[in-house]
Amino acid sequence: MIKKTRPHITQNEPLLFEISSPGKKGYQLPELDVPAVDATKALGAGNVREQIEGFPEVSEVEVIRHYTRLSTWNYAIDLGLYPLGSCTMKYNPRINETVARTEGLAWAHPYQPEELSQGAMEITAVLEDMLAEITGMDAVTLQPAAGAHGEMTGIFLMRALLQSQGNPRKTLLIPDSAHGTNPATATMAGYAVQNIKSNDRGFVDLDVLAKYVTEDVAGLMITNPSTIGVFEENITKITDLLHSKGALVYMDGANMNALVGMARPGDFGIDVMHLNLHKTFSTPHGGGGPGAGPVAVKKALEPFLPTPRLRRSQENRWSWDYDRPQTIGRVRAFYGNFGVLVRALAYIMAHGGDGLRRATMDAVLNANYLRKLLEPYFDLPYNAPSMHECVFSDTRQVKQGARTGDMAKRLIDYGFHPYTVSFPLIVPGALMIEPTETEGKRELDLFADALISIAKEIEDDVEHVLKAPHLTRTSRVDETAAARKPIVRWKPSAEA
Amino acid sequence: MYPEDFRYTKEHEWVSVAGAVGTIGITDHAQHELGDIVYVDLPKVGATISQGGTVGSVESVKAVSDIYSPVSGEVVEINSALADTPEKLNENPHGDAWLVKVKLSAPDEIKSLMSAEDYRKYIGE
Amino acid sequence: MRYLPKSESERREMLDVLGLDSIEDLFSHLPEETKLNRPLNIAPGKSEYEIVEYFRARGNENAMNYASFLGAGVYNHYRPVMVDTIVSRGEFLTSYTPYQAEISQGTLTTIFEFQTMMCQLTGMDVANASMYDGSSAVPEAAMMAVRVTGRNRVLVSRTVHPEYREVLRTYAQHQGMPVADFGYVDGTGAVDLADLEAQISAGDVAAVVIQTPNFFGMVEDVKTAADLAHKHGALLVVAFTEAVSLGLLAPPREADIVAGELQSFAISPSYGGPYAGIIATKEKYIRQLPGRIVGETKDTHGNRAFCLTLATREQHIRREKATSNICTNQALIALMATVFMSVYGKEGLRELAEQNLAKAHYLSEDMDLRFRGPFFNEFVIRTEPEALNAELLKHNIIGGLPLGRFYPELEGCMLVCATEMAKRAHLDQFKKCADAVGQPAMAAARNEGARA
Repeated sequence: MIKKTRPHITQNEPLLFEISSPGKKGYQLPELDVPAVDATKALGAGNVREQIEGFPEVSEVEVIRHYTRLSTWNYAIDLGLYPLGSCTMKYNPRINETVARTEGLAWAHPYQPEELSQGAMEITAVLEDMLAEITGMDAVTLQPAAGAHGEMTGIFLMRALLQSQGNPRKTLLIPDSAHGTNPATATMAGYAVQNIKSNDRGFVDLDVLAKYVTEDVAGLMITNPSTIGVFEENITKITDLLHSKGALVYMDGANMNALVGMARPGDFGIDVMHLNLHKTFSTPHGGGGPGAGPVAVKKALEPFLPTPRLRRSQENRWSWDYDRPQTIGRVRAFYGNFGVLVRALAYIMAHGGDGLRRATMDAVLNANYLRKLLEPYFDLPYNAPSMHECVFSDTRQVKQGARTGDMAKRLIDYGFHPYTVSFPLIVPGALMIEPTETEGKRELDLFADALISIAKEIEDDVEHVLKAPHLTRTSRVDETAAARKPIVRWKPSAEA
Repeated sequence: MYPEDFRYTKEHEWVSVAGAVGTIGITDHAQHELGDIVYVDLPKVGATISQGGTVGSVESVKAVSDIYSPVSGEVVEINSALADTPEKLNENPHGDAWLVKVKLSAPDEIKSLMSAEDYRKYIGE
Repeated sequence: MRYLPKSESERREMLDVLGLDSIEDLFSHLPEETKLNRPLNIAPGKSEYEIVEYFRARGNENAMNYASFLGAGVYNHYRPVMVDTIVSRGEFLTSYTPYQAEISQGTLTTIFEFQTMMCQLTGMDVANASMYDGSSAVPEAAMMAVRVTGRNRVLVSRTVHPEYREVLRTYAQHQGMPVADFGYVDGTGAVDLADLEAQISAGDVAAVVIQTPNFFGMVEDVKTAADLAHKHGALLVVAFTEAVSLGLLAPPREADIVAGELQSFAISPSYGGPYAGIIATKEKYIRQLPGRIVGETKDTHGNRAFCLTLATREQHIRREKATSNICTNQALIALMATVFMSVYGKEGLRELAEQNLAKAHYLSEDMDLRFRGPFFNEFVIRTEPEALNAELLKHNIIGGLPLGRFYPELEGCMLVCATEMAKRAHLDQFKKCADAVGQPAMAAARNEGARA
């Protein structure tokens, strides 16, 4: 039975281009207080464009209605549990939005004089220190714009260190449970990828790994806890093994929400890692970004960090240091996604050290609670203790004709965003569930009820599940048609 | 279902030889596993390919599969109709949805491939 | 902790279901040597009020209430109130990447509109759903050109933003993609086509990268650069950092790939980010585009619907063979730009661009311009940059960017930007200070000119 939702009316809304009409305006500029300039004279006639064909022409009222109506077609954390495994969709505190818009911060130009940027630089430095403490690493760069960008930075750093020792080596080892960004990153760094098969308990198999660790191996990219949400029981043996051959260990920090305040990668042998501030540190996902992907490193990698680095003078003034002869170079312009950094620091300040630890404990409690409630109804292919997420398989439901993707669509009718579907790849038909710590018992119970109810529906009336969702304004969309004949922009109907 | 005069690979490609030219495609089993095919990436005419090497790829909405060539040789023709109608690969993979034609450089290679009967056994039919 | 919605008794109930005494038991399987057996050295949690105070204090240590003539890739434009009103809606702010199309039509529709407006502005056929920023869009565009052409050399103009060029080099270093600079013409500050021709003739060039308006503010001749690139089988990548210029300047239609930065579209400078980048291109190259793309389709009832499409290009499917490792994009920031474009619209964007043009040209009058040629809202002057900026600061004005840092040959030159936000009083003050500081370089150059 559906307890969480009841259908309500949503507004239809055409595309902005379809409600445009010549001459409608949503703006007014101040009167120009200098002489107007003839564009064709100043720029040359050939450099001046005709009007922008098809560009919107709408009033302010239409703008707000348009986007407000569209917004109601979205699901969001603000509406309820968003249990996407590996994505850490937790509550986004609004205070973070407020402080990111503090005038002196939001309007700071990256090239304004350092003397007039001390506040922004201080924030950057404080966050670097806190992330180093949380990860147990020695130095942090905040420059990377997102997780995958951090991975690229981190692997470049590894390569630079190995190169400085005389040999960048050839291969990166990547467990078969890894995120797709890991092998894609390895390629961008000029490394070949060797996949490492997980053992039947979902862990990296030490014996298998040992066979692959040679003098040609630059390092291992590991996710801990892994994408099935288990803590690698042999993590220190794994890192020791790599180090014994002069290789390094990179950690994908996507699952750091399971560790903050409880265990530190720096303490279990990780050399370099990234954090996803938009996961662990709660900066809003915003429909796909922005994020920030700071990289934390051990001392040996520090000389290679992207330029510029912060430097504090004896008078306690901050400056940017561009003179870093061993740097891998910039990975983006300026200093990083500063506005995201502000939000993450506000999040850490709100929690404090003890609060961060409590958040981790609740995140793990929530995942284990859901696992316990759902275990009687769904296959759990790996039964090692769960950390912040649990991963089931659809094998039982497939026999009745429903797959993980079908159950996910049916969950929508029950008022929830689906879990992560079909990932990690080592679990056939995966249901990857990460509730995060910002869910109460009531929401978790409703979610478990919903999935259990769907499992029963599959036994009684599988067709109903296969055609879900039934209650959304948009039913299942034809992704095949979209991919066969891509239409990726609007065109006036006469042209189309 | 699986023409007797074709030869098959473990990666689910087929080749049909007529004189010096082999026609390559993917099997019905392969298209079924892939689901709705949305895009086919083929080599250029004139490209040299080798047995077991990649000759292109086929894509469904959420998967990409490389196509491994059953034979070695030079590409003499590609099925350009598939660019606009990739769905043909789902409808007629052993017929008008062939992928490339290759001028064989080592005709004996086909001896290493499976017969229709072997292939049917291989896929458990 | 106020973000944890559970009472102690609820935790107890949950632990009872699990048959555990305490939450710590859930961590007991961690190997002893991996556990952190001390509290994190981070101060206790703070109240909202204290957090607001902290950041306000930091903000006050930054420039407050200054007028600014800085541009150089980050522009001081007005942000319509509508922008934050809309992006603050939880349905946009707190949703994930729209993989589940049925409950993400809001985000998907806005991205489709964004892609459309990007095409309309740039004159390209297709655009992606955004990149991290302009500086990473440029190397991604170059990598795309490498995939399209099967060649690997990249030639980049020295008039492309110097930090973008640094990022390009970082990305390129391990991909077997040699990057070389080509110069600019001393008198005009525009790309040196002769140097480009000399270098491109050596062959195997995948991409020629230029920027317009370029880093010096000068408008480049896209068509001639495109003809030259195409003659040698290379693609032309046109970068832009000042999106408002597209309201007035002819779109770079002759380019093969356009890679730009949208910060000018209602995205606060925010000390360097987050911003949003964009790559737009010709239809035939769509399968080589990196990043997410939204496409139109129908649902089972036949209603128009949108979904992420062509995902097989991306890392989560193609893994080590993906077009890029990019995953996160800048959806919320792209939404800011989309709302901005909706508010200004066809007439407004042009009028805004015209105001920028007027302000910058007013400021440029009687200045010693380093380069002669068409410019939009930025230009380079000869002055004593440090002395001028010091003088301006006395009037609560942040001056321009001294160029010696990036271009040793332009020591004694300053890049100055005037947007619609520059008031006439500030413009006049700037001129007065520039006069007061004097322009010794100008005098020297004049003398040299007289002798010649």
